[in-house]
Amino acid sequence: MGLKDVLTRLPVGFLTVLKTLGRKPVTIQYPEQQKPMSARFRGRHQLKRYEDGLERCIGCALCAAACPADAIYVEAAENTNEARYSPGERYAKVYEINMLRCIFCGYCEDACPTNAIVLEPIEFPTGYTRESMIYTKAMLLEPPPPGVPDTPQQTPPGKYDRAILPFPPIDESV
Amino acid sequence: MPVLLEATLKSAVLLFVLLTGFAYLTVLERKFIARLQARIGPNRAGPFGLLQPVADGLKLIFKESVTPAQADKPLYFLAPVLVVVPALILFAVIPVGKGPTFQLASDINVGALYVVGVMGVAVYGITLAGWASNNKYAALGGLRASAQVISYELGLGLSIVAVVLMASSASLADIVEAQMPGNILGWFIFRQPVAAAIFAVTAMAELARAPFDLVEAEQELTAGFMTEYSGMKFALFFMGEYVKMIAVSALFTTFFLGGWSGPFVNEFPALSVVYFAVKVLACLLLMIWTRATLPRIRYDRLMALGWKVLTPVAIANVIVTALLIVLGVPGFGS
Repeated sequence: MGLKDVLTRLPVGFLTVLKTLGRKPVTIQYPEQQKPMSARFRGRHQLKRYEDGLERCIGCALCAAACPADAIYVEAAENTNEARYSPGERYAKVYEINMLRCIFCGYCEDACPTNAIVLEPIEFPTGYTRESMIYTKAMLLEPPPPGVPDTPQQTPPGKYDRAILPFPPIDESV
Repeated sequence: MPVLLEATLKSAVLLFVLLTGFAYLTVLERKFIARLQARIGPNRAGPFGLLQPVADGLKLIFKESVTPAQADKPLYFLAPVLVVVPALILFAVIPVGKGPTFQLASDINVGALYVVGVMGVAVYGITLAGWASNNKYAALGGLRASAQVISYELGLGLSIVAVVLMASSASLADIVEAQMPGNILGWFIFRQPVAAAIFAVTAMAELARAPFDLVEAEQELTAGFMTEYSGMKFALFFMGEYVKMIAVSALFTTFFLGGWSGPFVNEFPALSVVYFAVKVLACLLLMIWTRATLPRIRYDRLMALGWKVLTPVAIANVIVTALLIVLGVPGFGS
């Protein structure tokens, strides 16, 4: 670098940096401002419900079997017509996900026969202790739709015999 | 007022100002650099991040102070002190305002020599820190520091010699007076631009700040000489660096920017302190701006720049200045 460069190019560099002063900072101040996430982003899990408020999860534990990180624990219990949580015989009495183990691969979504568990682009799990990072069913379950009672519900006998709804009958007339 | 009491009071005020200045200089640097990089900078601790130095200080106080098992203990503890003390006592001879009221050791006639001497001592702290830590990164950082500072001290000293020639006095108060307070063209930055440029570059190298921060080049040397320092001992190094930044800015102001001079200082002597502070702040911002702009210089080029460019140019500048003064060229000599 000769004297000519020092006198001509150095000021250009300094001015380039100074010009940045006029630019709006690109910082996103995380907890208050958040970048919009893609609709397909695999964030925190959510346990879904049907429109009538019943839980989709039937406690089959296929998600736990599919989980490569062994992060899911499911304990099933029997449904009755007096206290019904989900269609069919059984529901998940205990449903826990250890968010410290979860690798957010989405295999649980793929394994679920009722589309009960979905990785949603919602807030990422954070916590100060290991215990607080084990998410319980109450934390994972989505609230019932507006105007619909929470589970357990009282249901008429015979209406919810099957856990997985059969395919609709094939229309022979077509 | 007894001299001792006056000196004690002035020292206390100066220490308070310098330490507060150090604390907020760190915030200023982080904020300003952030703005230069289209970021926001610290803004969480208190309004606009103004409590950030308090948070940093508290954190460092409560950190465990680790001493390496094989360290040379007395030197290991002495090194941070040797960095901070010269940085603080540099201010003793700098006139921060008009008249003896605003000078700690009022107007010693070898002020410029004192400045060069004290700045030379500061490198011992860094070199000893590198040696005493018993760590290869620290040792390399310390060696680099000594080589770098010795090389650049020559240019620095010679650029001050030109200023001393111009003022025909080594007293810092006289140097300010020689810049004809009231007329901006009297400032030595206009009458001695080469010396000013050399002083600016060598002072930045003397401080081991970007682009001359090879002493703590984190990509090669983790943290250089401070690798093994933690807690308050680390804070002392940090303090030494920033207080020295303020001191060097104050020296540049005194030598080249007319010191405390400015309009209306004769009517309101207190105004001179404000002018001084504003000029120092401008120098500090320039230093931070430089850090945001220039990448770190390669080590051999650093040495080449010091020995092959700055030192010869500084010597030539001293000779030319002396000739011009002897020949009685207007604007040179007093």
